[in-house]
Amino acid sequence: MNFSYSDEQKMLQDSVAKFVQQDYDFDRRRQLVDSETGFSNDHWQLFAELGWLMVPFTEADGGLGGSAVDLMIVMEAFGKGMVVEPFLASAILGGGLIAATGNEAQKEELLGVLMQGRLQLAFAFAEPQSRYNLADVAMTATSQDDSYTLNGQKSVVLNAPAADYLIVAVRTSGAQLDADGISLLLVDSQTAGIDIRGYTTVDGHRAAEVSFTDVKVPASNLLGAEGKALPVIEQMIDRASLALCAEAVGAMEVAYKKTVEYTRTRKQFGVPIARFQALQHRMADMFIEYEQARSILIMAAMQLDANQGIAPKAVSAAKSRVGKAARLIGQEAVQLHGGIGVTDELDVGHLFKRLTTIQYLFGSTDFHTRRFAAAQ
Amino acid sequence: MNIDFSPEELAFQKEVQAFLADKLPADISEKTLKGTHLTKEDYVSWQKILHARGWAGVNWPVEHGGTGWTPTQKHIWAEECAKAGAPDVIPFGLKMVAPIIYTFGTEEQKQRFLPDILATNVWWCQGYSEPNAGSDLASMKTTAVRDGDDYVVNGTKTWTTLGHYADWIFCLVRTGSPEVKNQEAISFLLIDMDHPGITVSPIITLDGHREVNEVHFDNVRVPVANRIGEEGKGWTYAKVLLTHERTGIARVAISRQCMKSLKELAASTPDSITGAGGNLLTNPAFSQKLAEVEIELLALEYTNLRTLAAVSTGSAPGPESSILKIKGSEVAQMIDELYVEVAGYYSMPFVKEQFVDGFDGVAVGPGTAANSAPKYFNNRKVSIYGGSNEIQKNIICKAVLGL
Repeated sequence: MNFSYSDEQKMLQDSVAKFVQQDYDFDRRRQLVDSETGFSNDHWQLFAELGWLMVPFTEADGGLGGSAVDLMIVMEAFGKGMVVEPFLASAILGGGLIAATGNEAQKEELLGVLMQGRLQLAFAFAEPQSRYNLADVAMTATSQDDSYTLNGQKSVVLNAPAADYLIVAVRTSGAQLDADGISLLLVDSQTAGIDIRGYTTVDGHRAAEVSFTDVKVPASNLLGAEGKALPVIEQMIDRASLALCAEAVGAMEVAYKKTVEYTRTRKQFGVPIARFQALQHRMADMFIEYEQARSILIMAAMQLDANQGIAPKAVSAAKSRVGKAARLIGQEAVQLHGGIGVTDELDVGHLFKRLTTIQYLFGSTDFHTRRFAAAQ
Repeated sequence: MNIDFSPEELAFQKEVQAFLADKLPADISEKTLKGTHLTKEDYVSWQKILHARGWAGVNWPVEHGGTGWTPTQKHIWAEECAKAGAPDVIPFGLKMVAPIIYTFGTEEQKQRFLPDILATNVWWCQGYSEPNAGSDLASMKTTAVRDGDDYVVNGTKTWTTLGHYADWIFCLVRTGSPEVKNQEAISFLLIDMDHPGITVSPIITLDGHREVNEVHFDNVRVPVANRIGEEGKGWTYAKVLLTHERTGIARVAISRQCMKSLKELAASTPDSITGAGGNLLTNPAFSQKLAEVEIELLALEYTNLRTLAAVSTGSAPGPESSILKIKGSEVAQMIDELYVEVAGYYSMPFVKEQFVDGFDGVAVGPGTAANSAPKYFNNRKVSIYGGSNEIQKNIICKAVLGL
């Protein structure tokens, strides 16, 4: 039994940690969130130079291996700084789908430039009615001659405002809730008929409502087999969920440590409020939640790596347990900070916000608890 | 035991319903029910409508222009207002400083201040908390040093809700020498915000909104005539107010209204698990959580009614009202959280222009979704302000359990 990282993994961890520490203080993050694009392209180039954009991919695809443990290392470090660059949306999710479904030509065309930091992707899957059911796809793509015609609406598409290409889950056959009949299409975001309504999300990321009206896409842009995309979508959303859980664990560590630090310095009634046992026990609970979340995250990452990236039950266990911890730690961090915790000026409130959205993204805590129960 | 309203109370309820149906502006009601921010003008115009009907001073004695309502009538009023989407009045003038003025103020102060408060001609804000005096309010540092007929005030007050709208601020200030025991050196001052030396700076909260402020006093001269009661008794006056009229803090009526809308919303939200035709109300996990909050709210409603009944028979609400604050804030926060859960992915977009008054574009996401997360974030304050829930538990330990 061995829970320690390899030397390469330690180097990766150190380099991301150093970046977050040196280049990503809270004021810098705020500037990025308020900027026009919502993140720094310079940072993105740096990610490419340092090889981080290669982390999600196998060596055969030109990457560094693509293990779930590696993803966990990067995302946990990002979580500590609440990094808003679209590593999850573009590299892990978008890039992951190309790597999993693309033919040689598609991979050749896209993965290299993605790893070089010259391509942004977004995965459009959720729809206004779908909630967390990945099989619920109403958006249609009808095939004629050598092209598809797309009509429909996608909700809260992460990184869509910056994306060069959208990867869109569409229904090519069957009924709205059928598992069969879902396909993935690579769509140039500039194509006529696409309307991208971008916005900032409550946690400082960027997303968009994307509507498609008679959008023509060449048939050669199909990713994988027509109508058979659901299993790979589930697999990639699970991988993204694992990454998100890692980000949450990073954010939780900062949140609980900052709370401990704050209560040691904040004096009321003549003593640091950390002296009050009622508060001490609550911080002990935050710490316990954090450790339990970290444990289940490691379990899920190891399960994914041991099972060729397919471990839905383990991922749901992690997403459920991490969501529960994220809720408690986020809420308690704010409460123990008092008034200052609900202000925009302090990072703790922003950690709370991100820990809130993480609970719902890619399926709520309840959804994953239930999915765990239903899994074999 | 009897929970029924008397015939007179039922008639009063009808009268209130008719008034609200007739006089509550539709746009204000809509904003209130949706939980979006009201403008200063919204509050002022609604409070003036109440004043015109003679219902602005709900808790005030009749001699000062109040309603003289019984606790049950006040309860009916709160229930009907919540149902109709009538906003709470801004409490600082009508509910906070006015009782202090009519209880402890001089005749001259009563005549000078009360009519404008009742008519909402003047907007008041509260200057209690300071950056280093939150839960331990008595450790506040803002000083008022006597100089002839004036006090010279220096210091910083914080969490001043809607202080940027305010014409006047009521403050707890330190008038005694540093040797005097904390609470006996505190006086209560009314300060015109137009005085030179006062600056108001915004604090942006987690919903991205300016609701609270810091108020800085730099050698602000305040006439001694603006002090309420005796020097050094300010803490006592403020405390008397704190144990008065605490039943509203349970937020029962508002939470019930929010719960009702939440259930309607959940019933029309498709569920990821049950598939076609299923909705969130049929989702076992969600309906379980919803029911648990609803049951807590029901218990709270009766705790609130029991307090109300005790007040009706003449006993002042005691430290038990801390239960109302704790459970009231917890229930409200749970309901807010369930709204986020119902919104799902649509809790994430933060489309700023949608929150600007007069927005008439197409909103992102359905109905209340856009406001669900900002409201949830912002309402974390409810278990912090007005004596945090931790402080309320200390009060219960000390005053009720004798620990």
